[in-house]
Amino acid sequence: MTPPQRRRRQPEDRPPDPPAASLPLAGPEGHEGEEGQGKPKNPERLYVLTGGGEGGDRAELDLVTLVVARAAESPPAAQPEQSALLRLCRAPLSVAEISAYLNLPFSVVTVLLTELLAAELVQARAPIVRQALPDRSLLEAVMHGLQKL
Amino acid sequence: MDFKNSDTITGPRAEDHLPHTAQAAVKIVIVGGFGVGKTTMVGSVSEIRPLTTEETMTQAGIGVDDNYGSETKTATTVAMDFGRISITDQLVLYLFGTPGQERFWFLWNGLFEGALGAVVLIDTRRLEVSFDVIGRLEERGVPFVVAINDFPDAPRYPVEDLRAALDLAEEIPIVKCDARRRASSRDTLMTLMRFLHSLAMTSARV
Repeated sequence: MTPPQRRRRQPEDRPPDPPAASLPLAGPEGHEGEEGQGKPKNPERLYVLTGGGEGGDRAELDLVTLVVARAAESPPAAQPEQSALLRLCRAPLSVAEISAYLNLPFSVVTVLLTELLAAELVQARAPIVRQALPDRSLLEAVMHGLQKL
Repeated sequence: MDFKNSDTITGPRAEDHLPHTAQAAVKIVIVGGFGVGKTTMVGSVSEIRPLTTEETMTQAGIGVDDNYGSETKTATTVAMDFGRISITDQLVLYLFGTPGQERFWFLWNGLFEGALGAVVLIDTRRLEVSFDVIGRLEERGVPFVVAINDFPDAPRYPVEDLRAALDLAEEIPIVKCDARRRASSRDTLMTLMRFLHSLAMTSARV
């Protein structure tokens, strides 16, 4: 029995990179998940939350940037979403986990966090990303941690 | 989605809190076609119940679904399951089970660019769905290993036949795994880490 054969792609096969994640636009259509569950959404609410969703400078936040609140209590003027986020981040939490617990898209969470970072209500701890010259001691630490599983 | 009252948000359980000493995180991507077992693998090694992050993708619908040229915008929700392993009090590893289609990869900043590496999870009943994924990782210079999720009724090929079929370089590890089993999923991640370590040793010698 012979498996199917991959044909190595030529450079020109590669499609151009689409633009980065676009914020949800208001509109009732298309809530089916491509993969995973398609829950009913309310895009208008997101539209309000992110102040219109056009451009704007967003903080450099990775899925695994760790976020921690700077103070135990959130200021009285904070929006409910911001208060919820601050409450979640009493202990360090990744942006991905915040997105999951708040049930908000990653891009919306980055907008909320950009505001909280500007107001100095949270601290962001940048991830360690892959380097051209990998850090062997980091790799060894991860291996050691996995061996304990 | 109605935003829940902030008092009713279900946050992490007390035992899922990271220590305040957690300084930085790293990530590994588990990539493969629908139903290949990405979420199963994430769940079998994660210290937290796997969570889901979502992103919404909007695209023009012209020529996509027979709208007779009418301009429509469709919003697609793409979900990605992930898990977490605390490595030390300072370092946390996150595992993301990522759809194989490249158009989804741009929804999350630096998903692949920043990852230490990737596990390409393969079902030999549908080997061809992994062809594109492998090509894209090669183009992007993301180091990866290939893991065959051992479904009972899947065809079994000798590893060297698979290497030839996938057109993989000699040094890229191919392992068999059972994504349901923690030890097997951990061993697959260890294979990736040892591979990354060998690359680091090689580049250090140059």
